[in-house]
Amino acid sequence: MTTGRRRAVLFATCIVDQLYPTVGLAAAELLEQQGVVVEVPSDLLCCGQMAFNAGFRDDAYAVAGRTLEVLRGKGDVVMPSGSCAAMIRHLYHELFAHTPFAGMAEDLAHRTYELSEYVVDVLGVTEVGACFNGRITYHDACHGLRFLGLGRQARALLGRVQGAEVVPLPGCDQCCGFGGLFAVKQHSISAAMLDRKIEAIESTKADLLVTGDVSCMTQIAGGLSRRNSPTRARHLAEVLANMVDAR
Amino acid sequence: MSQTIAFYDRVDHALHDSSLQTALHRATTRFIGNRAGAIGALCDADRLRDQARAIRAYALAHLDELLPQLAANVEARGGHVCWASDGEEARRYIIELARARGVRSIVKSKSMASEEIHLNEALEHAGFEVVETDLGEYIIQLAGETPSHIIAPAIHKTREQVSELFQQHLGMPPTNEVPPMIRTARQALRQRFLQADMGISGVNFGVADSGAIVIVENEGNARLSTTVPRIHVAIMGIERIVARLADLGVMLQVLARSATGQKLSVYTSLISGPARPGEEDGPEEFHLVLLDNGRSRILGGQYAESLLCIRCGACLNACPVYQAIGGHAYGGVYSGPIGAILTPLLQPDLPDAYLLPQASSLCGACQEVCPVRIAIPDMLLRHRADAVKAGKANPVEKAAIAGYTLTMTHPAIYNAGGKAGRFFSRILARKGRFRRLPPPLHLWTKQRDFPALPPKSFRELWAERQKQRRSSS
Repeated sequence: MTTGRRRAVLFATCIVDQLYPTVGLAAAELLEQQGVVVEVPSDLLCCGQMAFNAGFRDDAYAVAGRTLEVLRGKGDVVMPSGSCAAMIRHLYHELFAHTPFAGMAEDLAHRTYELSEYVVDVLGVTEVGACFNGRITYHDACHGLRFLGLGRQARALLGRVQGAEVVPLPGCDQCCGFGGLFAVKQHSISAAMLDRKIEAIESTKADLLVTGDVSCMTQIAGGLSRRNSPTRARHLAEVLANMVDAR
Repeated sequence: MSQTIAFYDRVDHALHDSSLQTALHRATTRFIGNRAGAIGALCDADRLRDQARAIRAYALAHLDELLPQLAANVEARGGHVCWASDGEEARRYIIELARARGVRSIVKSKSMASEEIHLNEALEHAGFEVVETDLGEYIIQLAGETPSHIIAPAIHKTREQVSELFQQHLGMPPTNEVPPMIRTARQALRQRFLQADMGISGVNFGVADSGAIVIVENEGNARLSTTVPRIHVAIMGIERIVARLADLGVMLQVLARSATGQKLSVYTSLISGPARPGEEDGPEEFHLVLLDNGRSRILGGQYAESLLCIRCGACLNACPVYQAIGGHAYGGVYSGPIGAILTPLLQPDLPDAYLLPQASSLCGACQEVCPVRIAIPDMLLRHRADAVKAGKANPVEKAAIAGYTLTMTHPAIYNAGGKAGRFFSRILARKGRFRRLPPPLHLWTKQRDFPALPPKSFRELWAERQKQRRSSS
């Protein structure tokens, strides 16, 4: 490996690893295209958000503490998930307050980025050579939008996708109803929120619903699939790395 | 997850109530649009909200000085102050006062603090006639209900339902037009104002340096309630204070714009004491009830920020959960995101209060619109942690989290689990998806599909790719 090239850890997240490997490969592809040397630590698993959000702070502490250790001294960390990046950037502070790991958590928060943020704001790139012939609409996943201030980056990137017609999604900043265990524990409220999201998506007649979080994507895709909708849900990275199969 | 808890029953009831759904959709959509327009029209909304937060944070940090200052200034102007540590003390003070002064009939303007201490029932039980004069409050009083929104108590009612209520109770001829309904209510209420011996109001802000209370409203009923009867009683949560009269410039702007999308409410009343000698208008007596009712317990703890709240209701309108289930499903006096924080603190005896913080997708829309930037999602998470610590976690969830933690801290178990999952997925998934999963995940597949697991995990594919690259280079 040449020295002097930009290096980054790709923290694919547990959901991408188990459910959406193409999202991880797409993210890696995207970063490598821009000359970034990508490292994927084999023992890097999960940010701990599921336990933290459920109120099990000791469990979150164990999972996230291990992640802190794996990522110690690794430089920039890039995640194809606004929600998991927000967990590290926004919530590790409270999780590790008054613990021996407070300093490590602070350090990790400062070098953790969501993928679109890293590509646009850190690498300074919006043209990545993507093409997609069809209509795309974009859903702002809540944690990226409100805890990391994302949205502009993905739109800039999608705006450069050749052949794509990007149409606005009505209520694009409204929650899809995923919310982690909320989707199961409060399934009827979650489903009511999903119904509204699906109606909005269907009104756009888009071929692709694109978002930056696979958790929201699972919820939305699940709703689209149940209704046999022609619209498919895809992660932003898949579009940018030309990994959306044409139909 | 399968046990029947009252909260879940209320949620299901709300989701299937089509009138409620219509009313909620109409009202929250209008509120959200109005607020966005009014906040957007400000040249520097963010700074104004920062200032509002600073004003409220200062007040909370100096309650020990500001409350005595407010009380002293109220008394210096001839008012009386009652320090009520709980609802019982507040109720007793007001009832004894009413008895001592020979009060028979009472008019009330909107007050969430009075809802909090269930004042109406207590007054009626003591033999007084109590009439709510805010139109929304009047509607729900006729219906025998409680407010379902901080600023729009009858938000859950459609105009058609209100019409029926007025026909039934006030003899209004059938109509679904709003103006005749308002005329009917106005005529009925006008008599009540003139008969009343006592007016009870809430307080939007108590101003320490001038001893004034501020009431904002749009109907003029609060102004009538506080000036026509011979006694005015104002009930104020002890946190609803600002240090200086000059602070109102900021606070009134963010309150009206966040609440209703107005630049300023139609009526903003600053009331400092009873009518003075020589003044023709105003009550003979003014009483300010300073209500603690659990607030000083919250102060200084991990939920202290919730006391910054100025009760504008913006977080309710913005919340997708509130939009879906309305206020009554929450079961407490305060609903929506701020209610999910306050109810477990102020009404700890409600058996399902601990569930309210779980009824949130943590989307953060509440914090985004909050005029004083309360970190509502962070506090919802703290409530969840407190519930787990108190042993209230659902056993299924507890087991799931234990499994999760074991998996996510042991790569070998994680990898084996992934392999097992992929094996079952190959056998059971159809056409790339699951239409049904076993409990407890059947709750997911009730309304949506779940994707089939891919043949290999990302890290397996990545390892293969790296190996290929090494061998080809």
